[in-house]
Amino acid sequence: MESFWELTARELSDKLRRGECSAVEVARACLDRIAAEDATVRAFLSVEPDWALSQAEEVDRRRRAGESLGPLAGVPVAVKDNLCVQGRVTSCASRMLAHFRSPYDATVVDRLLKAGAIIVGKTNLDEFAMGGSTETSAFQFTRNPWDVERIPGGSSGGAAACVAARMVPLSVGSDTGGSIRQPAALCGISGLKPTYGRVSRFGLVAFASSLDQIGPLAQSAEDCALLLEVLAGHDPRDATSLDRPVPRYASELEGAIKGLRIGWVPEHFTEGLDGEVGEAVREALRIYEDLGAELVEVASPHARYAVAAYYIIAPSEASSNLARYDGVHYGYRTDEKAMLADLEEERRLLRESGDEAALEEIDSALVRLYRRSRAGGFGAEVKRRIMLGTYALSAGYYDAYYLKALKVRRLIRQDYDRAFSQVDVIAGPVTPSPAFRLGEKTSDPLAMYLFDLYTVGANLAGLPAMAIPCGFSREGLPIGLHLQAPALEEVRLLRAAHALQRNTDWHRRRPGSHIAARSELRG
Amino acid sequence: MAALPYTIVVGLEVHVQLLTESKLFCGCSTKFGAPPNTQTCPVCIGMPGVLPVMNAKAFALALKAAAALNCHIATFTKWDRKNYYYPDLPKGYQISQYDLPLCRDGWLDVPSEDEAEDRRIRIIRVHLEEDAGKSLHDEKAGRADSRIDLNRAGTPLLEIVTYPDIRSPAEAKTFLQELKLLLNYLEVSDCNMQEGSLRVDANINLHIPTPQGIAATPIVEVKNMNSFRAVEKALAYEAERQWGVFQETGRKLGEVPKQTRGWDEHAEVTRPQRSKEESSDYRYFPEPDLVPVTVTPEEIERVQASLGELPADLRRRLRRDYGLNAYDADVLVNQGRSTVHYFLRLADVCGDGKAAANWIQQDVLRVVHERQISITDFPIPPDTLGEVIRMVRGGRLDTPKGRQVFAHLLQHGGRPQEAVDALGFKDVDDAEVQALCRELVDANPKVVAEVRSGKEKALGSLVGQAKKRNPHVNPARVKEICLELIARM
Repeated sequence: MESFWELTARELSDKLRRGECSAVEVARACLDRIAAEDATVRAFLSVEPDWALSQAEEVDRRRRAGESLGPLAGVPVAVKDNLCVQGRVTSCASRMLAHFRSPYDATVVDRLLKAGAIIVGKTNLDEFAMGGSTETSAFQFTRNPWDVERIPGGSSGGAAACVAARMVPLSVGSDTGGSIRQPAALCGISGLKPTYGRVSRFGLVAFASSLDQIGPLAQSAEDCALLLEVLAGHDPRDATSLDRPVPRYASELEGAIKGLRIGWVPEHFTEGLDGEVGEAVREALRIYEDLGAELVEVASPHARYAVAAYYIIAPSEASSNLARYDGVHYGYRTDEKAMLADLEEERRLLRESGDEAALEEIDSALVRLYRRSRAGGFGAEVKRRIMLGTYALSAGYYDAYYLKALKVRRLIRQDYDRAFSQVDVIAGPVTPSPAFRLGEKTSDPLAMYLFDLYTVGANLAGLPAMAIPCGFSREGLPIGLHLQAPALEEVRLLRAAHALQRNTDWHRRRPGSHIAARSELRG
Repeated sequence: MAALPYTIVVGLEVHVQLLTESKLFCGCSTKFGAPPNTQTCPVCIGMPGVLPVMNAKAFALALKAAAALNCHIATFTKWDRKNYYYPDLPKGYQISQYDLPLCRDGWLDVPSEDEAEDRRIRIIRVHLEEDAGKSLHDEKAGRADSRIDLNRAGTPLLEIVTYPDIRSPAEAKTFLQELKLLLNYLEVSDCNMQEGSLRVDANINLHIPTPQGIAATPIVEVKNMNSFRAVEKALAYEAERQWGVFQETGRKLGEVPKQTRGWDEHAEVTRPQRSKEESSDYRYFPEPDLVPVTVTPEEIERVQASLGELPADLRRRLRRDYGLNAYDADVLVNQGRSTVHYFLRLADVCGDGKAAANWIQQDVLRVVHERQISITDFPIPPDTLGEVIRMVRGGRLDTPKGRQVFAHLLQHGGRPQEAVDALGFKDVDDAEVQALCRELVDANPKVVAEVRSGKEKALGSLVGQAKKRNPHVNPARVKEICLELIARM
């Protein structure tokens, strides 16, 4: 008999519905699998066995009682640790919120629970979702299940790795510049960033509010559809959420590819793109062509400014969004006694030296509380982005940076509009190369930022985009195919992805077990 | 007012709290006076992951105020974040409006000191924003122990900024009174300075004629004024202080950085506040969590049409249609809309605006104030009181008897005639009074002579005699008839 962990969410859900297994059995199997695999992969920041089992018991009880159950009843799901779950730690992988327990549920968490999903734990991420490798997490490195010396991608690295290692069938991530799609691609799974506003952001700890969007990560497009159907929908608590009907994504997957116009952007295949990635993506395009799709070259003249615009807009919003972590109301606070003692000592020295002017100018205890709490609570990458954003919004620089970036953003949107007047979807690589090694880019932030080159456009334009597996490198590392569609055309994306997955088996491949590999690892 | 050797130039920045049940971006109550931190939720205390949702009622009230302030209302307005750190600002930014405010370029006419034309104070802009919390500093025992109450955080505020059109401390006070009255009428804000629902900062400097032309003194922002009177006093103090400094130093605008001074209520002086705290760059940028708000021209028209008569219109109408002088019109209008409504009905029923105004000011409002009730709870309806006034005007009652009827109605209710009967006042036939007067005039030639020589006071003795003969006669009527008779003799 197949183990539960080998099954997709759809398969599990069917089994559960047919009564072939109980939610508790599934939850136990899932928790066992996590216990075995995650010691190496380290995708989870917290696992909640007791809570998971009690949720599962409740699902079983309701099934026995003949009550109506949600579409994900009994299916385990992992939640990225920047999504608030009431009463549980929501750390954002930051020292700042290491012990912060949210007083409320994010809308998506609420929806998951109502759908009967079993939340098993919260996954690692780059601190406050700022990063592309999950290495900026204050707590742990997550390893790529395909090669544990490599990064899983980021910022939803834990969310992707736990699905890739088959610890859970479903995982919820967030994508601000590629944070779902890039780790999905690097871990060989499927991930979808919905249209901006399709999924409520209420309860997602904000990184860059105008770009953030929550979405599913799973083994297949079909499972992504299943999860998206639960996540999506209007939320009166999010003013930017769209009040539009939610399609039955999982029932809309079948559809002919014949006649689908697939756009490709020549610049995506030029310098900077790894040869193996380029070959795998071109091969996927050939498959689409064989299925009857038409390939059309489209222009994206402003795409080359996308990363620059993104790294102005996202940090600007972040600098403001992260201002609330100041050590006053909640979260990390510096050792006040030590801080006040230092202040006294400084004052004493100034008094002794008779420097009245300096004594007058000395920073107050409050300013020091802010400075030290933020200095101690945030990691280097978060600080870098807060500084970038603060600078870009400052008087005298606003027009040259922030405002200009907004103009570029509009031009990029127009590029997409023009392209989508010619094609139905745009296809290309998700990342310039497969997963890199842990530590490889940590000292080169710019190289790290440029890794987002293909993904940030969809965030800037607010469009839905997806990553699905389309091959492997000679070293056995997964390669992703990027599909982008016009706003609210998630169905189109999922159909295209599903069609490829019906004709290939890349998404079915899974990495070897890591139970044995544990002892060989460092760190 | 003695001519000053300078012109005072003042612009005000007023914050008023809107009369909404709930906060601007969450559902928490805005009620004043609750125990600290009991009217909060994850949204208004800035928990991670929360999002604001605009309170449509607040926006509607702001639109009403904007229309009443004769502003140009924007059809597209957006929200911006004003970033700064302070412990009572839990998000580290305030949601406000920066470059596309709700409205701009309006005005408010205020009654001028010398009763001539109204003075027009122009409004630069009006915008909506959320309030911060309150820091409670306990400096007892030498250690600064600060506590934060976030009940107020997120309360909707309307910021109203005037042009520097105000020319005296008294005018600043009048402007604020008029603004308060207007916003009370609109039920937009109760503008209670004690509860902090109206706060005001003032920018002030002097324009001084010199042989080289007009010299302007450096602009000073005055804060911490807790009543309209304090505004007047602080500005008067500040004008004199600036005059003194100018005479001493000759320093002009632009030669020193703008200063912020706080009003010290007890010492009655302004004192400089730390300049370090004001040199902020707020890094405004569009609030990405909220969508811009669009208002259609039809909606603007609807709001304008819904305003009803505002204080200035009512004052004009009371003077024009009811013959009131400026003072009486002012007193009534300043009492608020329901008093004006009472007056209008009363004046229409009794047919005499001046009499109605007097009765309200001398009798009705006295009771209202004594009992600390609103005029809508005043027990004598205007129709009833109007009848009483009609009896007095028609000579059926003299004023003291009218007051007795008033007191009776106040205590027992009922119709005026019932009160008259209960008090035993009898109507006296006018012919009877005429006869009585003739008799008295004939019988008192000495009094008649005195009256004719100009001593009208002498009539008092005739009135006294008449009342002795018939206690129900109206003394005013007796006086009137006797005068007529004597004139004809």
